[in-house]
Amino acid sequence: MAEIVSLAAAVACAIHDGDAVAMEGFTHLIPFAAGREVIRQRRRDLTLIRMTPDVLYDQLIGAGCASKLIFSWGGNPGVGSLHRFRDAVENAWPGPLQLEEHSHAGMANRYVAGASGVPFAVLRGYSGTGLEGLPGLDGNPAVRAITCPFTGERLTAVAALRPDVALIHAQRADRAGNVQFWGITGVQKEAVLGAQRSIVTVEEVVDVLRPQPGAIVLPSWVVDYVAEVPGGAHPSYALGYSARDNDFYLAWDEISRDRERFLRWLDTDVFAVSPGSLAGAGTGEGG
Amino acid sequence: MDGTGPAATAPAAALASYTADEMMTACAARALTGGVACFVGIGLPSAAANLARATHAPNLVLIYESGTIGAKPDRLPLSIGDGILAETADAVVSVPEIFNYWLQPGRIGVGFLGAAQIDAFGNINTTVIGETYAQPKVRLPGAGGAPEIAASCREVIVVMRQTRRSFVQRVDFVTSVGYGDGPGQRERLGLTGPGPRKVITDLGVLEPDPATCELTLTGVYPGVTVADVSAQTGWDLAVSGSLAVIEPPSPPELTALRGLQAITQGLEGAT
Repeated sequence: MAEIVSLAAAVACAIHDGDAVAMEGFTHLIPFAAGREVIRQRRRDLTLIRMTPDVLYDQLIGAGCASKLIFSWGGNPGVGSLHRFRDAVENAWPGPLQLEEHSHAGMANRYVAGASGVPFAVLRGYSGTGLEGLPGLDGNPAVRAITCPFTGERLTAVAALRPDVALIHAQRADRAGNVQFWGITGVQKEAVLGAQRSIVTVEEVVDVLRPQPGAIVLPSWVVDYVAEVPGGAHPSYALGYSARDNDFYLAWDEISRDRERFLRWLDTDVFAVSPGSLAGAGTGEGG
Repeated sequence: MDGTGPAATAPAAALASYTADEMMTACAARALTGGVACFVGIGLPSAAANLARATHAPNLVLIYESGTIGAKPDRLPLSIGDGILAETADAVVSVPEIFNYWLQPGRIGVGFLGAAQIDAFGNINTTVIGETYAQPKVRLPGAGGAPEIAASCREVIVVMRQTRRSFVQRVDFVTSVGYGDGPGQRERLGLTGPGPRKVITDLGVLEPDPATCELTLTGVYPGVTVADVSAQTGWDLAVSGSLAVIEPPSPPELTALRGLQAITQGLEGAT
């Protein structure tokens, strides 16, 4: 059964140095407040997993929390480059970042395999691309060709993702810790079901989860920690609660472009902010 | 306004001039026909697909990789996760489902992609610029949905600005396969879709030669010469024997495109 705790307690209990952590939310319901709490607790040597390591992982990578990244698309959505991510890959700042990269279809299927309790998934994909030949984090090929035992057709196998921790943001939970989210639901269900431990931040904890069209419900017994963090997806959006703060995404291009400016942002908008007032990070001075 | 002077003539004058990006977007929109399901990337492809839906192809089915099928935004989405896509869609499905059930079996008619680099055989690079993967000169965002969109859609259209740096003999990294090394390569790789049909740039249109699969100039925009396009192409560009001069954007196309962009930027529609 999920425990309803503070975000600081959830992160302290569930995420340890060296863990493989999947923070999901496909440009909607991005767990930004939780990401900042991970930075604030100064986690190190994480293997970060995410289909779209956008501004969220730019912050964690720049803050030195990660040594490895498994991903399929790393940009500032609708804006441009991720400067902290690029600085880590191109210049090893603030430290080297080992990459394992896939396509979206490959990552999605890796999560499905993890949630399904099987060691790999099969898809048509990667054939003829440079991605096919890239190593995984262990140095072995990240994808392999497989022959269909029924038809003899050649397909691609991708290994299951089984993160130590999955961390997502949802619209609602009830007091028993059942979680409900809707709109663009991405790959969050698979990430939670495939992980050893999970944290869900929610816009609100309610007495009763009213049915919502298209909603996914994660029963309390597959979730470890629920933390109420209104605005926890800011600057991304939470359908039915808040819109994307596009100004922040644009401002991030400037904040993240320069190392000193980024470090000032970390001080003023992450470390100087108390865990109790996590929602809605600002853009630092002059932002 | 009394109907005289600069204010009255401004709209007509404004619709007589247009930017290279507007020409490219209008040209790309024309490549989409009504009723087709189109897998759309954000940026230039999204602008073109939404322009097509706002003008000649109102029944175009827009599919974004965030799982929104049949999205009907009245402005350009800010990202693939924009709430307006989910709120206006016929169906919203999970990310594994959009790739496995919808894209992979060849259900989607057109894949509409952008790129950082493309080569003579229509292969696309959005991964790294530089000699080696391990130490890239420029780290690009990566694959996203593009490899499987390029592999499995019934046709692929690429929209990107053309420069000598972006149109190269061989891409530094093959993120998504066009025609690979040339004729027959897609079949050998087992790719189910036929590959890129058009590359639409800010100078004109390139299409694969039916025999060699090499991208060949088949159309230019008004005022653009073959020499202009060759100068921005990193290989010895072949030119079609029946080179077309493409119609400039019409007033309705420009009005619709500028309207979409104005709403997107949070401005009131200009009158």
